[in-house]
Amino acid sequence: MDSALSVQNVTKRFGDFTAVDQVSFEVEDGKFFSILGPSGCGKTTLLRMIAGFYKPDGGTLLFNGKNMDGVAPNKRPVNLVFQNLALFPMMNVHENIAFGLRRRGDKGPEVDKKVRSLLERVGLPESGKKQISQLSGGQKQRIAIARCLIMEPSVLLLDEPLGALDAKLREHMKVELKTLQSQVGTTFVYITHDQSEAMVMSDRVAVMNNGRFEQIGSPQELYHEPKSSFVAQFVGNNNKLRVKLHRDAGGDTVARYADRYDFKLAQTFEETSFSYEYDLFIRPEAVIINPGEGRETFQTLPVDVTSILFDGGNSRLIVKPLGTDGELVVALPQTRQYDSIRSGDRIQVGWDLNKTICFRRSDWKLYDEE
Amino acid sequence: MMKNRQHIKWGFLFFFLPVVLWLFLLIVLPHLELLRLSFTKANTGKLTLDNYLAFFREPIYWLTFVRTAGYSILVTFLVMIISLPVSFYISKMVKGRMTGALMIFILVPFWVSELIRVYGWMILLRESGILNHFLVSIGLFKEPVEMLYNDISMIMGLVYTSMLFMVVPVIGVMDDLDNSIIEAAYDLGASKMAIWRTIIIPHCASGLVNGGIIVFMLVLGSYLTPNLMGGKNSLWFTEQIYNQIILYFNWNQGAAFGFLLLALSSLIIWIMLKLTKQNLKEVVKK
Repeated sequence: MDSALSVQNVTKRFGDFTAVDQVSFEVEDGKFFSILGPSGCGKTTLLRMIAGFYKPDGGTLLFNGKNMDGVAPNKRPVNLVFQNLALFPMMNVHENIAFGLRRRGDKGPEVDKKVRSLLERVGLPESGKKQISQLSGGQKQRIAIARCLIMEPSVLLLDEPLGALDAKLREHMKVELKTLQSQVGTTFVYITHDQSEAMVMSDRVAVMNNGRFEQIGSPQELYHEPKSSFVAQFVGNNNKLRVKLHRDAGGDTVARYADRYDFKLAQTFEETSFSYEYDLFIRPEAVIINPGEGRETFQTLPVDVTSILFDGGNSRLIVKPLGTDGELVVALPQTRQYDSIRSGDRIQVGWDLNKTICFRRSDWKLYDEE
Repeated sequence: MMKNRQHIKWGFLFFFLPVVLWLFLLIVLPHLELLRLSFTKANTGKLTLDNYLAFFREPIYWLTFVRTAGYSILVTFLVMIISLPVSFYISKMVKGRMTGALMIFILVPFWVSELIRVYGWMILLRESGILNHFLVSIGLFKEPVEMLYNDISMIMGLVYTSMLFMVVPVIGVMDDLDNSIIEAAYDLGASKMAIWRTIIIPHCASGLVNGGIIVFMLVLGSYLTPNLMGGKNSLWFTEQIYNQIILYFNWNQGAAFGFLLLALSSLIIWIMLKLTKQNLKEVVKK
């Protein structure tokens, strides 16, 4: 059985700039695959090559084992849900959804039946006669997806379709998209810069940076075992401490932070790497407040509380390690156990060394603010 | 409070009055006088409908009008058909500086008077003209052929002189068309023809109607181009009006023809709008 979509060493250049650099991946039939990356990383270019709007400068694209070289977008078994949805304003909802079938030459009651059943499936059974301008953001979303699904594509491509929605609706549509995908069983390839969208919905996620894939894996793998500094920072939240490595008396590799704190590591490093700068990544949710003494694998750090960010279940503490300018974000579980902590308090934080990871410092831009 | 209101009134009058005076003195008043003339008999000044009835009694008059209207509709459609790809190219295919440059190429001919432009065509097309000279010199023609003074050259001239008034509104609406909508149609399996038919032309409808009305009225009311390029057999309705007023000195008849032209052309536009299911109010708003 061939994969629904197979991308092999695909490259795209614009002048001197390489937008997509030797990217390869496979998407199994019926899976939800996400490409996650900051804006400008080349993910839209990659998607447009898959849809056929750009011609790759190198590499091969296969759908179900069929080579797509030289096949025009209107002849490919993929459909694209555009970032701005691109619904046809000159047609009503029914005509929008029937558009693809009509172009294929389908006519008569068969088309109407399909459109109606699809409208029901996306939960808008009565809106066939409505004009596009009468729809809300979430409804437009569903119509745009329905318009593509009616073509029964072997792969459905989605280009950040949730970007334009407000936060509440976006949360809702995430769940809805995932449910819809598992119901219809179509292969989805979804691109986004929002790691939460990618994590919640996907079976597999590829993290993209500067035109390359940094890592492909399940959301859990990316979260727990990032393979690069970029993935560690981009997927989930992470604290980044600038450290230097050296070997302690017992022969273990130790990370020294701000020339005064030593943290044991789960990884081992070669002697040769000690001259470079490293980043130690610790997730806010892995940091425990006042862990107490006596646990072998625990690394502790005395800190001052700078501020308390209360956000329900997502509350955090911002703390400053003693004697440094650094800053650390610590998850603050709302179990009422830590209610007594006030801004300015001096506390102890700690973490299990197995939950930290260390990467060589690398400079990359994170456009996540967008 | 009162004082303030007075103040606003004067400011309003200051800007409003010139417009009213201009409209009334230069447009409304002459038309009222022409309207009066059209309903009176020449020399005697008695009220009569004869001037209007003459249009229907004499086949030469209404035949000229039918011919004029028919050719105007044809020219309008030709201009639409040519403008669509031209506008698409300028609006969607070229980028940045080229867009401005191409717009200037379309605009520049309109900086000189219509007369000069028509003479330009005549220099190109006449028996001793550039085109003939070229065709004879490469041996395609044995001897020069008269290409002017027929309906085809006249239509060509009219299409040329009215292009701009279609291209500009159509580019305006085409700029509003999101590229991703075209791509979406392409992605959903539409052929290039289907994209034109189902997406681009419906989207540009308001610009086409807008331009269509302007071009139709311009062509119907044009005098120079049909007169100079059309030759003796290509009688245009405006020439009938000219003949009445200037040649026969029959202002009453000329005025009646003028109002008939206005009424009949408005009627044609109204019918066209109804046929294409366009709403004038909405078209003008866009």
